[in-house]
Formats: sequence, C-alpha cells, structure tokens
Amino acid sequence: MHPEPPLIGQAVPRKEGRDKVTGRARYVDDLVFPGMMYGATVRSPVARGRIRAIHFDENIPWQEFTVVTAQDIPGENCVALILHDQPCLAAEIVNHPEEPVVLLGHPDKHLLEEARRAVRLETEPLPAVFTIEDSLAKKEIIWGEDNVFKSFLVEKGDVDSAWARAEIVVEGEYETGAQEQLYIEPNGMIAVANPDEGVTVWGSMQCPYYVHKALVPLFGLSKDKVRVIQAETGGGFGGKEEYPSMIAAHAALLAWKAGRPVKLIYDRAEDMAATTKRHPSRTRHRTGVTRDGKLVALEIDFVIDGGAYCTLSPVVLSRGTIHAAGPYECPNVRIRSRAVATNAPPHGAFRGFGAPQSVFALERHFDQVAKACGLAPDEFRRRNFVHAGGTLAVSQVIHENVDLPQLMERAFAESDYHAKRARFARENRDARVKKGIGFAAFLHGAGFTGSGEEYLASVVAVEATAEGRVRVLAASTEIGQGANTVFTQIAADTLGLDPELIDIAPPDTAAVPNSGPTVASRTTMIVGKLVESAALGLKQTLVSSGLPGERGGPEGRPCTSEEFQRACAEYIRKHGALRATCQYAPPPGIKWDDEKYQGDAYGAYAWAVYVAEVSVDTVTYEIRVDDFVAVQEVGKVIHPVLATGQIEGGVAQGIGYALYENVVWREGRMVNAQMTNYIMPTSADVPPIRVFFEENPYPFGPGGAKGIGELPMDGPAPAIVNAIEQATGASITRIPVTPEVLMEALEGVHA
Amino acid sequence: MSKRKLPTQKGLSRRAFLKTTGAAVSAGVVSGAAAELLNAQSTAKNKVAGPGEVPITLRVNGETHNLNVEPRVTLLDALRDRLDLTGAKKVCDRGTCGTCTVLVDGKAAYACSMLAIDAQGREILTIEGLAPEGELHPISAAFVENDAQQCGFCTPGFVMACKAYLDRNPNPTEAQAKKALGGNLCRCGTYIGVRAAVLDAAARMKGGR
Repeated sequence: MHPEPPLIGQAVPRKEGRDKVTGRARYVDDLVFPGMMYGATVRSPVARGRIRAIHFDENIPWQEFTVVTAQDIPGENCVALILHDQPCLAAEIVNHPEEPVVLLGHPDKHLLEEARRAVRLETEPLPAVFTIEDSLAKKEIIWGEDNVFKSFLVEKGDVDSAWARAEIVVEGEYETGAQEQLYIEPNGMIAVANPDEGVTVWGSMQCPYYVHKALVPLFGLSKDKVRVIQAETGGGFGGKEEYPSMIAAHAALLAWKAGRPVKLIYDRAEDMAATTKRHPSRTRHRTGVTRDGKLVALEIDFVIDGGAYCTLSPVVLSRGTIHAAGPYECPNVRIRSRAVATNAPPHGAFRGFGAPQSVFALERHFDQVAKACGLAPDEFRRRNFVHAGGTLAVSQVIHENVDLPQLMERAFAESDYHAKRARFARENRDARVKKGIGFAAFLHGAGFTGSGEEYLASVVAVEATAEGRVRVLAASTEIGQGANTVFTQIAADTLGLDPELIDIAPPDTAAVPNSGPTVASRTTMIVGKLVESAALGLKQTLVSSGLPGERGGPEGRPCTSEEFQRACAEYIRKHGALRATCQYAPPPGIKWDDEKYQGDAYGAYAWAVYVAEVSVDTVTYEIRVDDFVAVQEVGKVIHPVLATGQIEGGVAQGIGYALYENVVWREGRMVNAQMTNYIMPTSADVPPIRVFFEENPYPFGPGGAKGIGELPMDGPAPAIVNAIEQATGASITRIPVTPEVLMEALEGVHA
Repeated sequence: MSKRKLPTQKGLSRRAFLKTTGAAVSAGVVSGAAAELLNAQSTAKNKVAGPGEVPITLRVNGETHNLNVEPRVTLLDALRDRLDLTGAKKVCDRGTCGTCTVLVDGKAAYACSMLAIDAQGREILTIEGLAPEGELHPISAAFVENDAQQCGFCTPGFVMACKAYLDRNPNPTEAQAKKALGGNLCRCGTYIGVRAAVLDAAARMKGGR
C-alpha cells in the first residue's frame, strides 16, 4: 500500500524504521574492522595548570601500546572551528578538567583501561575561574585579555531617554544551569589513517564536513586525503555538532601512529564529564512599561559561561541574544551580551542554542512585569505581541502573517487554561499538593543567523540511474529527527515518483556535497528546499530530453515510474550521467548588518505558545508536570507524525531542563557524570503532551515548511516555572527547580 | 549467611560491608554460577575460575554457543563482542538506561549487569531472535507504525522490555504502560509513541497476529 501523492503533509513510514526496530541498524560501536585496536584518552586531573611531567607506571607493558601526545601531531595542534584556540591534545598548559593530554591504543580493552589509570600527569596548578561573575570580574585572566570570547550589542530606539516615559520599572535576574545532551548513544569513532592513503573516519556525528574541516589542518593533508563517513547515529541534540571532531582527531592520530584501525568509544561517564553541555547563563532584565502595560523600554544583560575555549560560544551567544527579547514589539531595546571563559570543559551546542536560556529569563520576567502592572500574564503579552509589519528587537520587520493572539487562544482552549487557573487559585489554599498552570510565548529562528546561510552556501545534488532510481546527495545527517524521510517526501513529490524509488545517499564527504551542518533547525527548511530545487532541475533536464511533455512536464501530471525510467535511461545513454545540483541563494530582500547586529536575523521564525500544568507537593517538594499543551506555527507541516515527535521530544528535554537535570560542579568538573545521578525524564515523568500545529506556509521553504527542531526546547522551562509560581506563590528565578531549590523558595514564602 | 568471606576490598569483608550499610542480607544475595564459583573456591582450595578465560555455554535465540570468556565478561559484552549480536547496546553499563535489555528465561534483564557465566543454563532472547529474518514481530511492527523511535538507539531495549511486559500483562491500560517502561530511557522523548505502541501491540497480539 503506497500513499498517494502529494506525500508532503502525510505520515509516510520512517525511512530507516525497520532497521532500527530490529537491531539491524549498525552504529559505530557495532562495527568491527580487521586488526582493529581500541583507543583511550588520558585527561587533565586539574582545572588549570602547567604540565610538568607524564609518568607511566612500570606495571604496564607499554611496549605493546601506541602512545600519542601533542608531539605526534603531524600538522596544527588545534580543533579547527571558529577560532583555532582549542588544542587537540594539551601540550604545556591544561585549561579545564578532563582536557585530553595523552592517547593510548591497545587491542585489549581491559588492559587499555588499566593502562589509562596508570598514566599520571604531574601538573603545577594555576589559579582558575569557575563562575560567570568571577570571570567578568577578571579575578584571573584565563583567556585573551579580558576572559570575553565574544560580545554583542543590539540597540533599537533610545533606551536611555525612554526610562523617563516608563511609569513602572521592573528588574529581575535569572539563571539557568548546564544541561547534558545525554544522547543515548555515546560518542565514538573508528579511524583508518596512514601517510599513503590519508585519513578516513566512521562515526557518530551531526556534521561530517565539520569533522573534515578539523582533520585537514591537524594532519596537514589536502582535502581529498581526508574522508568522513557518518555511521547510524544514536541522537545528537547539538552534542554531536563539534566534539566528534575531537574524537575523530584522536582516533585518527592513534591509527596514524599504530598503522592499524582504531576504535575510540567513550563510556558514559567520560562522555558526560568531558564533552560539551548547554551553556549556563545569567540574565538581568530591566523593563519599563506604561501603567496600562505597554512596553516602553527593555534592557537586557545576557551572559553565558563558555568554558575554557571559544568553540561555538560566539554563535550560541548570537542566537541567545537575538531571542532574548522574544516575540514582542518594544520601541526601545538594548541587549548587551557576553560569552565568558571559565575553567570548565567548553560548553557547546544543545538544541535551542542559547535561546532556551534567554527565553527562560524573558518569559519568567514578563510574568513579574504583568503582576507589577496588575495585569493577567496573558493580557500583558497580548498588549505587546509583535504583529505582521511590526519589528523585533534587532529591527527585523516581520513579513510573516503571524498571529500570536490566535496561538495563545488555541493553547488556552486546548488546556482549559482560564478555568483551571481560577479553580487552582480557589482550591490551593488548604491543599498539601498545590496545582498551577502557566505558559510561555516564544519564537525560534530557522537556519543560520544573519548572513550565515549565504556564507555556508550549501549544496545538494540529486541524481538518477538508468533504472529510474533517484538518489539524494547531501551531507545532512539522519540523527533520529527524520531527515531521510522528509527528503524522500520532498524528492518524491517534486518528481511525482513512488517514495520507494528514492534513496538517500549515506553522508560521506567523498561522495556527497556539503549541504552544511545538521543544526539550527535548518535541515528541512534550508536543505529540504535545496532537495526540492535540485529535484526540479533533474525533472526539467529530463523534459528537455524527452520525458513525455504532457505527463511528465513540470506543470503536467506526474509521469509513471516506467516513463521516468525510460527517460532516465535515454538521457544517460546520450549524456553519460544524470545529476542536478542546487546551491543556496538567500530569499529576496534579506538584509543583515553584522556590525550593528540589525536586520533580518532569520529568513523565518517558528512561533509558539506552550501551557504547562503542574502539581507541587509542599511536603516532599516534588513537582510533577500533569499536562502539557504545545501550539505552534511552523509553516507547512511536512510529516505530521515526525513533527509531533520533534515537539514531544523537545518538550521532554525541556521538562528535564526545568526540573531534574542538575549538573553538579566541583572546581570545573561535573561530579555526577552518570545516568544514575544525573536525572533525565523517564516515561513515568512525561505527561500527555498535546501537540497542535497552525499551518501558515512559508513561501521559501520546501512545500511551505519552516524549521522546527529547536523550537520545543525554548518554551517548557518558563511555562513550568510560571505554573509553579501560580501553584505556590514562589517566584523562582533559576532552573533546574530541584526539590532543594523549591524548598528554599517556599521557606522564603512562608517566612 | 555462610561464614565464608568474599574477596575483600581494602580490608572490608562483605559481611562488614553489609553490616555498615545496613543492607538486608538474604540467602539470595549470591546466586547462580557465582555461588557455585564460591563453593568451588571454598571446597577445592586455590581453584579459582579466572582471571583467564573459562569455557561457558550460552543458549541464545534458541541456539547453543560454546565460548571461552573471562569470568568478568558481562552478558552484554559476550553478546556484542563474541556473538556479533549488536542489537543490545552499551550505554550506561550500570543497569540504569535499559538499552541493553534482553530476556533471560522470559524476564527482562539488563545484560550489562549480568555476567556471561551467570547466564549459563538459561534461555536468552535478544532483539535478533524476536522474529524470523525478514519478518516483524507484532511489537516491532507497532513501534514502527506508531513511530515509537527516533534515533533508534534505545529501541531494541524498549522492544524487549515491552515484550517481557506484555507477556506478563497482556492487557495494560495506558497508565500502566506509562509506568511499566520506566526502566528504559529515551532521550529523543518517544515515550508517548512508545505508550501507543505498547497498547497497539497488546491489541495485535490478542488478535493472534
């Protein structure tokens, strides 16, 4: 039974569904190469220090081992990304706990682990910095001249003179903790490397061309001598955007020296302690409003903790900054933001990429501003929502036909918000378990920021065989989000073919063009559009060389697969190969000023209102989310089941972010780096998540689609904490709201 | 409780450890092959299994496998590294996430937390043995059709946990299904799809499919 076209909008089967459910799908740790040995990483025991000596315990047969230090790196000792400040292996100075210093290789996993424990780094400690405030205060300069990786200033109108017109001014400070991505598949790579053939790596990753970019200078090889292949990948959520470059580099260095394949798989503790997490943040708000609740001035100071090296912090900061003022219109805005250094492992990409932090602060703060104005939280938002034709904080004029009041009304209707809010207020007084309902309104920009997509200049190719099978060639990775299924739908619809005839080429830098990284809610909207355009190019090529005009023409009815196959065979017989390529070009009218940080920050935004209902036990301090309603407008929904799954998954991660996921730090080291003591939501913790889409097709997305992946991470935390405030009266300003945090807050209320 | 001491760690006997932690002591604390091993140690002096490889026999997916493994090798490592049955995954390696779930004598077990030598004489079922090659078990079909999987890494573990659960409770309610699979973690957040798949699978299996 095949679905009838159009496939866009239909829940077609997940492309790789059967392989995954039967255990046939092969992830990197399921692969075995002949003669393969295993790799392990010796890491810094201190937060900051000078390496004095490396001691190798005598009880280990070191002659059997491959040992790699910074001296063995053939090229440049860095993991190339934005700045080249992060070494691949620390040589003289370590700047964070768990920083890689020595690599070991051996065929016996157990002996390898014993050996790893038998290497001792002798270090001379240097003063270290562990908090945002100490870093800002330059308690110690640990990076550059002032500990600041990047800063932005966004200005709209004139904030300084606007305060005079503000009748009410509300200030607040908000904090968010680090969050571990906790993809279920730990990071891992297998490398084959030698000076003759170059370097080839297979592994778990989001961005094959990022890994490629990092390996080229590390080995000093030409681009064609480095090949990166994605294995089936067990989740990423941003956590496999940048760090896989480091692991690939390590596996390849060991393989290069050993002359045999090396598998380097992190165990859970190593993965959690050593690799990136979501940036902790601190946001200060100062908001001026008129007595009737109209925004006059918004001043925001947003700071994120970047850890010890720059890595992706500038771009995380950028997205967090642009989203900091939310989907509201205010004539006078100043957002000052900084990413600062601390001696913790570098923080990095995680679904939402800076926005969950700044959106938490804003949506918590606006509940306080509403209260100060004597308005209901929804009424305050309603009076300040941006509308079509209005401008955001970065002075971007909204051309989309956005209707936030309608999204809010729908979310309230589906959640019975008003009735419940009134009932909870009545019933909570004498209850031990108090109930609350809260919401958050927010937006999330799809694709790279500003001129980022133009700079990436992504490329997709679509080719066809003489047998009439179509292959989509892109470096975008399937990591569970359904990219392969969505690309299949788009290509099949454009060509009018059965989806069974569409193959997605495995991401391999030797075989697919660079369609950019699989990040930033860009895969469906940006890369999907390139798939559509390339498929259209293929079709037009076939028309000009004999595809039946009436039935197969671009405007005609879909051709049959037999007609398509005949035309492909004919074309290939005449011309050799049949392939169409498409490169990204920005939609018309997009303008961005990188200096002033003003303009069209994103081609399109997804818009949403989420409602959370909670129960708070005032004796045990347990908080449960009882119900969750997520209403969003993401353009045309290409696959309703996959899209719903993205929202449900993001909300589940958001619930963890709000309530459970507490990274405990001790001198820059995560000390609860196990699934036993870093608590993420289980099935028992996740309420019904009711997902609704309002469709408003975006003309420059494939079939009208916008980006979706990150959006659901932004709203849950503020909605939940707003609900906790309704339940308890406690105005909590930081997440996660662990029972300890709640207890402290409630004791403050009762005192 | 026997007076025999287990190998001590930092001078702390098992008895002293149990006393200090106040753990309940029962005859069931040491069981299976490990107990036999201890008996062997106490009766035949100096006869210790390992640290080198010992011959073991495993029954997996209806087939008998004779292997030589070190006594410390877990069932999970034996399945993955020796039998190339890689559907069960190594994730937390300490009985938390459920990604390595297999059935041992029909019950769900974390293969990372059981020694291969302890799995002897028991029927082990892995995801690879759930349905004949090329066919989908009704539970697997329900997972595919309800899209109860995204990245797929936790999925084989979920399917096996679901199988053990439905064998025990063929008619779960949604609330029961929500709770029953609390021993398996999914970071993609497919729990809602999983709940639907459990109920769907229950219906399919009742229908004799």
